[in-house]
Amino acid sequence: MDFIGAYSPIHLKFLLEGFLVTLEVAFISIVLSFAIGIVIGVLRYARIPVVAQVLAVGVETIRNLPLLLIIFFTYFALPEVGLKLDKLYAAILALVIFESAMLSEIVRSGLNSIEKGQIEAARASGLTYIQTMWYIILPQALRRMVPPIVSQFISLLKDTSLAVVIALPELMNHAQIINGRNVNYVIPIFLLVALMYFTVNYSLSLVSKRLENKQL
Amino acid sequence: MLDFSIIVEHWDMYMQGFGNTVKAIKLALLGSLLIGIVIAVFRIAPVRLFNWLGAAYVEFIRNIPLILVVFIFFFGFPALGVRLDSFTAGTLGLTVYTAAFIAEVIRAGILSVPKGQMEAARSSGLTYLQAMRYIILPQAIKLVIPPLGNQFINLVKNSSVLGVIAGLDLMYFGDLISSETFVTFDVYIFVAVFYLVLTVPLSLGVGFLERRLARRR
Repeated sequence: MDFIGAYSPIHLKFLLEGFLVTLEVAFISIVLSFAIGIVIGVLRYARIPVVAQVLAVGVETIRNLPLLLIIFFTYFALPEVGLKLDKLYAAILALVIFESAMLSEIVRSGLNSIEKGQIEAARASGLTYIQTMWYIILPQALRRMVPPIVSQFISLLKDTSLAVVIALPELMNHAQIINGRNVNYVIPIFLLVALMYFTVNYSLSLVSKRLENKQL
Repeated sequence: MLDFSIIVEHWDMYMQGFGNTVKAIKLALLGSLLIGIVIAVFRIAPVRLFNWLGAAYVEFIRNIPLILVVFIFFFGFPALGVRLDSFTAGTLGLTVYTAAFIAEVIRAGILSVPKGQMEAARSSGLTYLQAMRYIILPQAIKLVIPPLGNQFINLVKNSSVLGVIAGLDLMYFGDLISSETFVTFDVYIFVAVFYLVLTVPLSLGVGFLERRLARRR
């Protein structure tokens, strides 16, 4: 094991660059999938005929598939039907497809946790259904959704590492490139990479725990 | 339209991959249940050092990516002089990773058993381990089954990382078939169907158990 060689400034910088890509991909994906997740969650909650059923089947199918398969799909299979995406977009698209299905379930159960009386009271006081959703139900539900959404973000951050299969230049990919240079770097590099993921994710989980306690 | 001749002509390969995926899942489930129970008991046992060790395991593993755990077994161990084949390395990685999540589920289940149960068992002369084994765990298991089911579904999906290290599983054979036929889209649709065959019944089962448990409360 060669800790000194493995932790040379060039390597550290290279890993950090990879980590920035990881964080960037994770951040873009969570924002997009949160928006889509809210739309899907609300549509399913509102039980609009046909739309709700179609979405239910879609969400359940995606949730029951490995993310890795979806990444393969967006990168290797879509070009076959004429949609060629570069690595970054293919990875983001796959993450967004998978995570919006996950987040829509969080949104839906958040909405379901709001007492029905809230809707009835809002409607009775003259608000339209849309207004009720926007001003009464969503704000309350969103607050309850924060802890599970943070956990989902942690999963997402970890899941970006799967994009190593399409050689997206994120943290795992950069780690593997360094490891390829010298077998004595492997253990030190993996330790450092684990520490990088751990630091960010564990901090997030502490935030989530604090938010959870605040609400009870 | 899907080209069904792919699945007909490569049925054996799909089946081989499917078989290995199922085998990896079985081994990892068994291993992670065992480790998970031990870790969970460590986390609640009245010994500080054990609590700390259990918490360290769970927090560390849960906050790093699965693929990193698998890579440590596959690329890291050879650097220490232990060479593992890809299937073994992948299954070990899956086991170690899943165990952390299972430990948390079981811990939550044990903690949901009222404290008086342990006190009563202890005062009637059982040792701590006997009380755990005969009084607490049997009660906890009922509450724990639906969330364990969810972990099981995750395990099935996560088993696909074996494909990344050529672990002879469904993903790996999908890769192989697509490089033989030069078809990707259809090949992976069939791979997806095989995963759904495993996960959909599990999801439906877990959903059913969750609703039943919710109604009983």
